Amino acid sequence: MSIAASASIIIVFLIFIFLLKEAIPFISNPGLNELFSSNWIPVSFQKEQFGIYPLISGSVLVTVIATVLLIPFGVIAAVYISEIALGFEKEILKPFIEILAGIPSVVIGFFGLVVLSPIIKGLFNLNTGLTALTGAVLLALMAIPTVITISEDAIRSVPKSYKEASLALGASRLQTIFRITVPAALPGIIAAIMLGMGRVIGETMVVLMVTGNAAKISWNPFDSVRTMTATIAAEMGEVAIGSTHYSALFWVGIILMIITFGLNIVAQKVLKKYQMR
Amino acid sequence: MVNFNDSKITVENLNFYYGKVQALFDINMKISEKKVTALIGPSGCGKSTFLRMFNRMNDIIDGTHHTGSVLIDNRDIYKDGIDIVALRKKVGMVFQKSNPFPKSVFDNAAYGPRIHGVKDKANLYEIVEKSLKDAAIWNEVKDRLDENAMGLSGGQQQRLCIARALAVEPEILLMDEPASALDPKSTARIEDLIGTLKQKYTIIIVTHNMQQASRVSDYTAFFYEGKLIEYDYTDKIFRNPEIKQTEDYITGRFG
Repeated sequence: MSIAASASIIIVFLIFIFLLKEAIPFISNPGLNELFSSNWIPVSFQKEQFGIYPLISGSVLVTVIATVLLIPFGVIAAVYISEIALGFEKEILKPFIEILAGIPSVVIGFFGLVVLSPIIKGLFNLNTGLTALTGAVLLALMAIPTVITISEDAIRSVPKSYKEASLALGASRLQTIFRITVPAALPGIIAAIMLGMGRVIGETMVVLMVTGNAAKISWNPFDSVRTMTATIAAEMGEVAIGSTHYSALFWVGIILMIITFGLNIVAQKVLKKYQMR
Repeated sequence: MVNFNDSKITVENLNFYYGKVQALFDINMKISEKKVTALIGPSGCGKSTFLRMFNRMNDIIDGTHHTGSVLIDNRDIYKDGIDIVALRKKVGMVFQKSNPFPKSVFDNAAYGPRIHGVKDKANLYEIVEKSLKDAAIWNEVKDRLDENAMGLSGGQQQRLCIARALAVEPEILLMDEPASALDPKSTARIEDLIGTLKQKYTIIIVTHNMQQASRVSDYTAFFYEGKLIEYDYTDKIFRNPEIKQTEDYITGRFG
């Protein structure tokens, strides 16, 4: 049993070591400086460039927009389900949220490609519907079950005595929710949002399909962008093993892993602190 | 039984049900203004349920209903169209387990006034100071108003909860075993406080502790299995009860 339990830890370490092994050749040639520049042109007749800034900016832009969408929808939905919804409403809502969590990402991506991107194209009068915004909306949709489920747990574990005290002072149900319950559950809600963000930043298929894959630095939600995950997925298949490009892709993977790791660790810390109280 | 001409609260033919289970049976009772009335009886006798009738806290439990009426200042608080917010402002409550909000001491005391629309800072500070003084906790917390209330001792937390209830200027104070989770010293402080508070407030206190009821209350009502068995001056109840069950309970033969 202990072997089974520790297997996941060992595997994470092995993955990291393997990533490093494949990435190391890049350090001597062409050197790590090459990574920190602003052009990603891995295939070129003149000079290949492996600047990862455009990929990071793509990932960050998509993640930020998705988070901006996630917070209000996820938190309000969690509040509604745990504090306001009647029994039968809960029985309808919760299975649907679970179904949403179970839809394969390629299906969501296909939906985005066929349905959402034309809508966004028409709505904002753009040349293409394949934008950072399109990807972010779909990613928010995918991450929202995580945010709702964990926020709801946090809200539900706020002691009943707080709510009673507030109601007994003449506060309305809404005042009690927004002044007492949500603030008391805030650490759990923050952790939920961070876990949702981790999900968003690591998601690949959807962004590959709908964000347009243009590797340029941009902070405009209506531009096409290319994320780190999409880059790896799109290029790994056709790269020559052992080449500089190959090794550069592993660096992208390492950076991505560090970011998601960081998000998860911070989220776990926040959750733990919250449970101690 | 005692009967007042000028009662603050009048309960008439009150029956109360949790779903199909009846918890209170045909209760008639008048409660006098600016006096302390103690509700005693063994666990599950309905005294806490009865207490929660006065600020309609039983409303938040699903599947409960009642018949009969509860009048405060001669107005039926269960009549349609009654303003529950105004009712709960008028009838404050202190719970068995101290339950300060995980906020600062100041924000705890200021919660009620803020809810009811007090925004002015100076005014708010004045209310907070006054209610903390009335709850006999001001001297202990005046230098730590910004600290989290969860860091106070159990007895301090409970007095803060009393201050929080006083801050909305209620007329009636409901106390549900307010000292049952406290050490003897903190209990004594709460009991002293009740003695002072009754000059301004009508107090109804539920207690398990017979000595406490005899020390703090003017009137005592003995409940058993959801029925009001005997209600009289505290002295009379403890010295010379008329009903055998009351005597048995008070002398510790059951309960």
